[in-house]
Amino acid sequence: MTPVEWAIVALAALGAFFGAVAAIGIVRMPDIYTRAHAASKSDTLGAVLTIAAVALALESGLSTIKAVLLVVFMFLTNPTAAHAIARAAEDQGIEPWTTDEEGER
Amino acid sequence: MVEFATALLAVAAAFVSFGVVALYRVFAGPTIHDRVIAVNVAGTNTVIAIALVAAAFEESTFLDVALVYALLNFLLSIAFSKFNVEHGGVL
Repeated sequence: MTPVEWAIVALAALGAFFGAVAAIGIVRMPDIYTRAHAASKSDTLGAVLTIAAVALALESGLSTIKAVLLVVFMFLTNPTAAHAIARAAEDQGIEPWTTDEEGER
Repeated sequence: MVEFATALLAVAAAFVSFGVVALYRVFAGPTIHDRVIAVNVAGTNTVIAIALVAAAFEESTFLDVALVYALLNFLLSIAFSKFNVEHGGVL
């Protein structure tokens, strides 16, 4: 394997790791705000790393430009969407999860 | 080169399974916002899987499908949170 192919495999494996972190966080976190945290940060990083691997794997110029556009677009929109959902939840009066009153939940 | 495309398809299958795991939160989420967050994560994983399939099969037209799907995914999240907020916007 060439060094470029090693880089593609390493980027795809790191992206799959952060995708797994996002999936575990969205199932195991206790309330909406921590789930939005896991979704916005880990899933965005996994998406950017994996689509960077795709941009390296595709040979011709136009498809690489498309993949880089997809990276930039996802880097902008994914945290924005999580922010909008968390703000809508705060606007509806959903309390953040604490350990003060209910103890070890 | 064949096993290289197989590795990319294996990563795509891993992202599809992560999206299926996120669908648990769509069923079990206590509020509507949990469900929208989980649908957003599943849609992002779908975009990544489409891009990986495009790289594995050397089909650059699949990237257009991924771009349009990412746009629709973003619009769904913004529209749902806009629907839940009274005035002043969500951004």
